Amino acid sequence: MVPVSAYLILAVVLFGIGAIGVLTSRNMIVLFMCIELMLNAANLAMVAFSRALNVVDGHVIVFLVLTVAAAEAAVGLAMIITIFRNRETINIDRYSILKW
Amino acid sequence: MIDYVSALSIDFGLIVPEITVLVTSFVVMMLACSKKVSSWSSTVTLVGYVLALWFTTRQWGHQGSGFADMVTCDNFGIVFKAIFIVASIIVVFLGHRYLRVKGLHRGEYYALMLVSTLGMMVMANSSDLIVLFLGLEIMSVPLYVMAGMYRRSLESNEAGIKYFFMGAFSTAFLLLGIAFIFGASGTTNLRSIVTDFSYIANSFPVYLYAGVALILIGFGFKVGTVPFHTWVPDVYQGAPTPVTAFFSVAPKAAGFAALLRVFVYGFSEVTILSDVFWVLAVLTMTVGNLLALRQDNVKRMLAYSSISHAGYILVALVVGGADAVAAAIFYLVAYTMFNLGGFGVVTLLETRSGCKSEFNELRGLSKTNPYLTATLALFMFALSGFPPTVGFIGKFYIFSAAMQSGFVWLTVIGVMNSFVSVYYYLRVIKTSFFDEAEGTPVPAVLSPTIIIALVITAVGTLGLGLFPQQLLQLSQAAIFGMP
Repeated sequence: MVPVSAYLILAVVLFGIGAIGVLTSRNMIVLFMCIELMLNAANLAMVAFSRALNVVDGHVIVFLVLTVAAAEAAVGLAMIITIFRNRETINIDRYSILKW
Repeated sequence: MIDYVSALSIDFGLIVPEITVLVTSFVVMMLACSKKVSSWSSTVTLVGYVLALWFTTRQWGHQGSGFADMVTCDNFGIVFKAIFIVASIIVVFLGHRYLRVKGLHRGEYYALMLVSTLGMMVMANSSDLIVLFLGLEIMSVPLYVMAGMYRRSLESNEAGIKYFFMGAFSTAFLLLGIAFIFGASGTTNLRSIVTDFSYIANSFPVYLYAGVALILIGFGFKVGTVPFHTWVPDVYQGAPTPVTAFFSVAPKAAGFAALLRVFVYGFSEVTILSDVFWVLAVLTMTVGNLLALRQDNVKRMLAYSSISHAGYILVALVVGGADAVAAAIFYLVAYTMFNLGGFGVVTLLETRSGCKSEFNELRGLSKTNPYLTATLALFMFALSGFPPTVGFIGKFYIFSAAMQSGFVWLTVIGVMNSFVSVYYYLRVIKTSFFDEAEGTPVPAVLSPTIIIALVITAVGTLGLGLFPQQLLQLSQAAIFGMP
């Protein structure tokens, strides 16, 4: 059986890739995908723990998280479309009207 | 056949206020479908909020938990629910005319606000990390939309998208944190975590500390503590002003409700947290205040000021214990009043055409609107913590709680920060009272709704400052009802 630590390392690595992607990528769609990657890394950790501890809570939580992620995706993509209509770009660097 | 109702202890009596808000949001959404009745949405929203507030006050003193121990009804949660609802009511009054002028007065706005309030109420009531997470999401997703509601405005677009990305980013941290806590303890229930704490801390210290740190980062983003505050000014400046007023008060209070519940109740035995909060509080106060000094936009200045106020409330988390929680609740009520008042005046001024809330647009205001300027001055004095306003009493309780627990340096830094903040608050008063306008200043037109909002907040700011006793007793009675 694969030890739980292996799953956790994978989850943390995925989470790290996602976080670095959010901080470095300039395209909003890519940014959004990176956030989804982070959420799913957390899901993976949840399932791994759930399996290791022999409780079902983690599995259930994953379903709730998937639902939340879907709601976020709906709102996020709608917003990206709205701003694309106004500005015709989804490069996040171009969105810098508000600045100190 | 298992009797699920009693097995899970489903008790709808615990969540009557939440149900009221949810049903109202559905009704408002229906009304928004039809052009004829959509102008009723604000009235229906108000009725829903008042009903929910009434149900909430009826719960006072009642204690119980249900839904498989995921929802707890206690005085702590009830006070916070009342704060959210009162803040929302004030925001409904405050935004009415602004939204009409900008063409944003639609049922969806109110429906989103109601759903967001529902999320906050779920957060304040939850005794389980997953319910807390769901409440946070129910609160946040409508807020993203509200920030970007003014679709034609490029600033509003930008605020919405920035808020969305930062919010979703922080959610991921929170979720991974919850996963680690789940891994350490095998449960997400705060009560079980508290009961088994010594076992968890001895067997899985790495998971526990990683989880706590990640959860702290997640909430740190939501309440805008300093290393994670970068989105706050942009979002506050770009969003439509009534929405900003809502942002600066209700979600912040909800974030603090969650922080207090998780860290003062749940992880109270993680001793290093006090030091972490010490650093966060000092950073948040100082950076917020120093950056506020150099702003030329009133909304942006108020955004930085709200960061520094979050720093003052974080002092309560450093101290911990019942007195500090009471002081934090008192401060949040006070902050709700004077901050909404300040944003109320800004909202009113922005209904003048072409107004962007720059400092120089305040010039000559005392000539055109003397009473309004006096009210603005009152809120600015309260924000900077002058007696006899409630701002002074709130700061006094927070810092005296810190002093009693021996946090002398923290108190000194906090008080010095208050002195620094006087500069930029008084700058508003100075500009509006003593600076001459360049052309002929345009008077702001008062509407009945905004007068109601300003009267409520002004009476709250002064009245609670002169007679703080009742509110203090209330906040001291607002304890965690979880043994």
